[in-house]
Amino acid sequence: MKPAAFDYARPPSLDDAIRLLADGDGAAMPISGGQSLLILMGLRMTMIDTLVDVTQLQELKQLRDDGDGVFVGALTTHATIEDGKIPDPSAGLLARVASKIAYRAVRNLGTIGGSVALADPAADWPACLIALGAEVCIVGPGGERRERVEDFVRGAYETSLATGEIVVGFQLPRREATRWGISKVSRKSGAFADSMAVAVEATDGAPRVALAGTASRALHLPQVSLHLQQHRTVDAAELATVIRAELAELVPDADPYQLRCHVATISRAIAEARA
Amino acid sequence: MTTVNLTLNGEAISQQVHARDSLADVLREGLNLTGTHVGCEQGACGACTVTLDGMAVRSCIVLAVMCEGRTVETIEGTRHTEPMDIIRRHFHEKHALQCGFCTPGMLMMARDIIARHPDPDEATIRSQLSGQICRCTGYAGIIAAIGSAAREIRETN
Repeated sequence: MKPAAFDYARPPSLDDAIRLLADGDGAAMPISGGQSLLILMGLRMTMIDTLVDVTQLQELKQLRDDGDGVFVGALTTHATIEDGKIPDPSAGLLARVASKIAYRAVRNLGTIGGSVALADPAADWPACLIALGAEVCIVGPGGERRERVEDFVRGAYETSLATGEIVVGFQLPRREATRWGISKVSRKSGAFADSMAVAVEATDGAPRVALAGTASRALHLPQVSLHLQQHRTVDAAELATVIRAELAELVPDADPYQLRCHVATISRAIAEARA
Repeated sequence: MTTVNLTLNGEAISQQVHARDSLADVLREGLNLTGTHVGCEQGACGACTVTLDGMAVRSCIVLAVMCEGRTVETIEGTRHTEPMDIIRRHFHEKHALQCGFCTPGMLMMARDIIARHPDPDEATIRSQLSGQICRCTGYAGIIAAIGSAAREIRETN
């Protein structure tokens, strides 16, 4: 359980960090909390020549409320969000999601940016941010860009990040009268989810439902979301049919246990949002 | 090797470390502070819990080289301090340990739980303690000890 030897750099500026990551040619990796990455390295599941410690980068620590939305810096820890120490456009959803990630000692170091950039398919933040309609803000050798979180996560541990690019933070829209529901099935408390669903509704836009715990990546569920938009009250059996149809299309490799978990978490998240 | 400067149990130290050394390994093997126990070495069991800048963390998944300029406290640093002496006494009285392997991590986490939840009910203690694994006690004594220690700390403050 010891990682293989690697070089370590702690750049003082974002430009230096981008240069180090670009020079690493795919074998350089940013580290912030390291609460997943160091375990993967200990298990020798990743090949990393250089760890680039990004914890000194002020751009990644920003928290901004610009009225229409909130910017949450990539280095914001789960514990900071759990404790309500960030501007919250989600009516408490962010704090609730944070509080159920792993354990407090992990939440004290683990960051929202690291979680999304690692793109573990069972991680909590990608699904939450997809349901909130958030964008990921990225800086790299080519400048800045933004992308919706559901487009950013591409597969298991796979994102659209190009060599040298780094996640700076997330832009979360502020929506009117946000209501949300969340449901997570894990084998034990603090473990990664077998299935997790998040449903978000607001009066100024379409409902959004997202799912984590598939074999590949967190997903937006457009058909289920549309069903909610079209039905002020949902019939449980009818909703289950819509969910199963969408899962058959988006998660064709799910086994019967996983399918039951997904149907249950999606239904419960919607029920909580509408309670 | 890299030199890391940090404050350890109240004392400023400099220590030579390899980039890949965990804080737990540096504490135990470099600094002979063997009160921090290493169980799973993958962030699952909580035995290696210490504090970093006052926050509970798992020292097996913290790189020592990333502790530059920071403050670390291990179980050794809590000797003869409040409220840890109270918590330790309640662990003794409630039979909250058997083999003792998990106990340093349990004590560090117990202090953290009581600091954040001064009046914790049993459900809170159980959920907050869910990242600390004990294979002897069945947890009942540990949960009772944290509850009664929290009560004494509340009443003495």
